[in-house]
Amino acid sequence: MIYAGIDIGSITAKAAFIKGNKLLGTRVIPSGYNPLNAGIKVFKGLLKKTKVLKSDITAIVSTGYGRASVDFADKAMTEIICHGAGAFFMNPEIRGIIDVGGQDSKAILLDRKGHVDNFAMNDKCAAGTGRFFEVMANALGLKLNQLGDFSLKADKPSKISSICTVFAESEVISMIAGQEKRENIIAGIHESAAARISSLSSKIGIKEPVMMTGGVAKNKGFLKALENRLGFELIMGNLPQENGAIGAAVLASRL
Amino acid sequence: MQGKPQKKIKAAKKMRDLMTTYYLEAMSAGQNNKQIAWITSGGPVEPLVAMDIIPVYPENHGAMIGSSKMGEDLCIKAEDMGYSSDLCSYARADIACSVVKGGPIGGLPRPDMLICCNNICGTVLKWYEVQARFYKVPLFILDTPFCHTGYSPEAAVYVRSQIDEYIGFLEKVTKKKFDYDKMALAGKLSLEGQLLWQKVLNTTAHRPSPMSAFDAFFFLALIVTLRGTQIPVDFYRELIDEMEQRIRDGISIIPDEQYRLLWDNLPLWYQLKWLSSEFSEHNACLVADTYTSAWCGAIKYTDENNFLDSMAQAYTRIYLNIGVDQMADQVLEMIKFYNVDGFVMHSNRSCKPYSFGQMDIMKIVRERAEVPVLMIEADMVDPRNFSKSQVETRIDAFMEIVKQRNK
Ligand code: SF4
Repeated sequence: MIYAGIDIGSITAKAAFIKGNKLLGTRVIPSGYNPLNAGIKVFKGLLKKTKVLKSDITAIVSTGYGRASVDFADKAMTEIICHGAGAFFMNPEIRGIIDVGGQDSKAILLDRKGHVDNFAMNDKCAAGTGRFFEVMANALGLKLNQLGDFSLKADKPSKISSICTVFAESEVISMIAGQEKRENIIAGIHESAAARISSLSSKIGIKEPVMMTGGVAKNKGFLKALENRLGFELIMGNLPQENGAIGAAVLASRL
Repeated sequence: MQGKPQKKIKAAKKMRDLMTTYYLEAMSAGQNNKQIAWITSGGPVEPLVAMDIIPVYPENHGAMIGSSKMGEDLCIKAEDMGYSSDLCSYARADIACSVVKGGPIGGLPRPDMLICCNNICGTVLKWYEVQARFYKVPLFILDTPFCHTGYSPEAAVYVRSQIDEYIGFLEKVTKKKFDYDKMALAGKLSLEGQLLWQKVLNTTAHRPSPMSAFDAFFFLALIVTLRGTQIPVDFYRELIDEMEQRIRDGISIIPDEQYRLLWDNLPLWYQLKWLSSEFSEHNACLVADTYTSAWCGAIKYTDENNFLDSMAQAYTRIYLNIGVDQMADQVLEMIKFYNVDGFVMHSNRSCKPYSFGQMDIMKIVRERAEVPVLMIEADMVDPRNFSKSQVETRIDAFMEIVKQRNK
């Protein structure tokens, strides 16, 4: 029996299929403006990619911001519970998850059975989310995926004191005007976001080993800053972006 | 989800009528040669009752403003006047309302005096000073030291001496002698009302619960505003009868109660309906809360036969004026008594004394009671500090955890 998970995030839509404890495949596409269309597209795309027939899918769980729009799913569940299930499926040793997505970031604590025990999310603020990095990359005239490599060359990270994304952006702009090195500014941005995320983790008393998920996990500079803050190493999942969709598929198998 | 038909609580209509009468009387106080005192929600009201002064509560008014979704405009008005958006939204709404005479009842009746007790917070001091200047009326401040652990003998003497000053103040403003017999009666009725209110709240220990915290938020208004009179005593007796009848008939407030939750902090007055359906969709009932029980939390310090003396201690040791450890103890007791499956904390941007220790209480509860705890961030009156989709996601995730644990 094959189970599907569909995760409609603010920036990307993800799908995953599982069969028993095997992952059959995953797919990521941009969300666009219509969450239902994105859901249909990513689902169909994955059917094609994995050569699975729609009639072979036993159950579907949707998650993410657009979860309620996926009307062909059997059930909608929150990202939190899906990320927990996804991480546990990939690695049952995992006790904590730090997920930095497009619009929010969260820290999740799992019990030994892989059930979510506690969680914390950023509140009403883009600081420490994918959006924050996007705004900053823009201000610096860089592409999002360039931030990581740039910051690794920093010698003295700048100090970004504003918590608010909009204020932080103007701070960054005045640093550019003040001819601070771009590498240092970016490292400063990473440190400020890392501080936000690590306080989320300590709020829930996160326990090692901790898996890092979400699109921002691809940014090496940020990861380094976060590990420094936390004081321990993070475990990188193979599929950080698809973790929520994988978890949704796992939960579909338990419906 | 379709379950058993829900039966509305009959007493609600009577409650509305009582509150209307109360506000009409307050509005027409001038014509009836009665004086009005504005008083903080945790203030000692019984001496006012004994002196035939009508007590009016800006905080209750604030809740009404919030429920009628008029909080945002009034808060913005206060900010236009120069007040910070970090100021408690009750204070902002009230200060603005005095100027524009807005809100659901066109503003509160003009006060003849102000009574401010800082057992709930420090905000009320400045708020009442502002209003005393605005209305040019005398202000009495009852200063209740914070009780980190216990009630020291020094504090006892200090607060008790202020009760005499309070009486002196009232005699001066009303130009009447204080009536100690009437005071004793008001004290008796106050205590009786509090005991009955406690009994109302206790009915929700029954599974399924005959009413919810959302009903308690509504029925609370009487013990706040008319404490010390016969009215809450009679009304709560009826309400208890109705609740006990509901229990006998197996009538629950939500169609299919499977999970029971405890709420912390003030409600989101402008989102009560949404919030209650958000929980009941998960078959969860908020059976109790730390807020409404604050008006019967100091019963153990009150001496019926010596109300005036014991009142000093009772008013000093209320929920918001005690240390975090004691607050956590009360929460733990409630978790046990109401047999709840989870604890929902509202981190309230407005109410600092209520929200400040919440992280610690959360930790203590998670360790000692082993129930999941959710914290949502919002404000009781100002909807600009509330995001529906974010709170919804948190509640959904939290309920998934609660369900998982109860599997
Ligand atoms: S700060 Fe809290 S206790 Fe003080 S007036 Fe506002 S809501 Fe009431």
